[in-house]
Amino acid sequence: MAPPQPRPTRRLAPYAFLAPATLLFSLFFALPIGYAIYLSFRAVRVKGLGLGSGARTEIWAGLGNYTSALSDPELLGGAGRTLVYGALLVPAMLGAALFFALLLDTPAIRFGAFSRLAIFLPYAVPGIVASLLWGFLYLPTVSPGYFLLTKAGMEGPDLLSGNGLFVALANIAVWGGTGFNMIVIYTSLRSIPVELYEAARLDGCSELKIALKIKIPMVLPSLVLTFFFSMIATLQVFSEPMTLKPMTNALSSTWSPLMKVYRDAFIQGDIYSAAATSVVIAVATLILSFGFLKLVNKRTDGGS
Amino acid sequence: MNRRALAPAALALTGVLALAACSSSAGSDEPKAATGPVNLTFWSWTPNMDKVVALWNQGHPDIQVSVQKQASGDDLVTKTITAAKAGNAPDLVQAEFQALPTLVSNDVLADISKQAGAVKSQFAAGVWQQVSLGTDAVYAIPQDTAPLALYYRTDMFQQYGLKVPTTWAEFADAARQLKQKDPSKALTTFSANDSGLFAGLAQQAGAKWWTASGETWKVGIDDAATKKVADFWGGLVKEGAVDNQPMYTPAWSKALNDGSQIAWVSAVWAPGVFDSSAPDTKGKWAMAPLPQWNAGETVTGSWGGSTTGVTTGAKKAGHADAAAQFASWLNTDPTAVTALVKEAGIYPAATTAQTGSALAVPPAFFANQADFYPKAAEIAKGTAAAAWGPNVNVAYSTFKDAFGKAAQDKGDFSAALTAMQQATVADLKKNGFKTEG
Repeated sequence: MAPPQPRPTRRLAPYAFLAPATLLFSLFFALPIGYAIYLSFRAVRVKGLGLGSGARTEIWAGLGNYTSALSDPELLGGAGRTLVYGALLVPAMLGAALFFALLLDTPAIRFGAFSRLAIFLPYAVPGIVASLLWGFLYLPTVSPGYFLLTKAGMEGPDLLSGNGLFVALANIAVWGGTGFNMIVIYTSLRSIPVELYEAARLDGCSELKIALKIKIPMVLPSLVLTFFFSMIATLQVFSEPMTLKPMTNALSSTWSPLMKVYRDAFIQGDIYSAAATSVVIAVATLILSFGFLKLVNKRTDGGS
Repeated sequence: MNRRALAPAALALTGVLALAACSSSAGSDEPKAATGPVNLTFWSWTPNMDKVVALWNQGHPDIQVSVQKQASGDDLVTKTITAAKAGNAPDLVQAEFQALPTLVSNDVLADISKQAGAVKSQFAAGVWQQVSLGTDAVYAIPQDTAPLALYYRTDMFQQYGLKVPTTWAEFADAARQLKQKDPSKALTTFSANDSGLFAGLAQQAGAKWWTASGETWKVGIDDAATKKVADFWGGLVKEGAVDNQPMYTPAWSKALNDGSQIAWVSAVWAPGVFDSSAPDTKGKWAMAPLPQWNAGETVTGSWGGSTTGVTTGAKKAGHADAAAQFASWLNTDPTAVTALVKEAGIYPAATTAQTGSALAVPPAFFANQADFYPKAAEIAKGTAAAAWGPNVNVAYSTFKDAFGKAAQDKGDFSAALTAMQQATVADLKKNGFKTEG
């Protein structure tokens, strides 16, 4: 009994270990994506007045949903708005995160643990709650900020229309996201060997110079990583504009590409074109983010 | 109680629908009721609906209904359609009048004319037309109607020497006079975030947004009547006589509460909104008929109003009779309607209930206006017919974007209306409907 036993077991073992992951991946990842892609090639055709049972049949639509998605000026407009939003958000958020991380890493720091927690805390506030809070602060007649400004004889900026809107939305994301990125950068700062700093100080380097010449170059990989995450998060911006939308006329239901997907699928009831738009967004996100990684890798390879 | 509610239905069936009587519809109730309790699920957003349903459950051990609270509005329509596609729709669903064609078109609602056709006489013709979609079918039982009226601050109107407007011209004058006397105040706002109000105002002007003839849908969103309404409000926004900010924001609630806005065109359910949005102004508001386009008329439109529908899923499961019986009870039985008024603050659609004891006392917020409900019943009599089509959701979401932008820019309202018309027609065409207009 002993000799033949190990063979089949050994042969089965890798499959047994792979099975759970494969199963979960196909059930909750591959299958829904596959279904979305399938739906994106379908459409509905109506017979007669479209009332009663059997009035709607699903048909093959070919690339129709894709051509209409790509030729829709609203999708392109949404992409443009997202780009402006990202151009405001990402540098501001990562700049603040890096700045705070460097401050927390200086030897002269006081109340380090408390500050770290205080800066991180907004990240723990759900995006919708944060947007509601900020929404209140942006509405001139209910905002304490505007109250103080008018008391001081000044007029507050209009943050819920025109270009102010980009600032308003980016501000919510900066407030919520800086803490997380700071922790990532800070962690990698802590892993830099202290001997480097000692050597630099012996050579007469100031703390500022250490930060600029040693720390920042050393944490570059985590800056790239946080930039990568922020880029994807920007392309997927949804909950902040969605929450502010009822408070202002200036936010349309297609303000960001994902909002358009939501409107098409869940308000206008057209899951087919929503599926096509989602696929387009997913592909664009993949190209942009991995294109960025490729670019960064090439530069680091070329440098070394 | 079960049998009693059933008896008139069965009687009417044999009488009125002589043909249908052959198809053993009345007989099919009997075995269903006898084969043990039926459990029905009911999606509704009406507050305290569970308390009203508890009354039914007490009296009907064989048909038990459980309420699952839902969010109102467009999202529920999509949710129900999706659930129906997946085969797990509830047995009963609350739906606004304008959502019925969309739900019927997606094969979500069952025709319950056999089970519930008999309650027709308890509703106004215009209301019943909306649940039958102009056919012989019955797709839902009306629950509440929402005729539009003008709500205004009595104290503020007195303070500024304003006359309660009876025509839209007087309304515009009042708005201008108020702006002149106190620029920090506005009579009201034109809000682009709820299409239902605009639809109601267009109905009052005589608009028919969707009409079917033969196999063709005609879309008339940019008809002369609606254009008149759009231009009227566009003009007021442009000259700054009314505000242009959306309703239901914290800023809007504050404006109502502190008297920055002193009137609101709203439906009969407005007291509930005042109660939560402007609690400090209790007793200072009054309701007046909606201003008219032609002096002396008494026409109004509707903003919302809802129904109880039986799903095709319930029909397939053999629960159509039980579900239709519950839907009829909920919206016509005096006990149920009284409870709905008391617990949920709705304005019942059943005509008998509108003059009944349920509405003898005004809502608490309007304690100063003793004849609130009799007045509402008077206003409701002039409710213009509504004409809904299979893609109200598309028209509504386009309204929000197009008019939101127009209101923000104080721009061209008729261009926004054209955009709404075009998007609605384009969507119909895309789905294969035959259209004109």
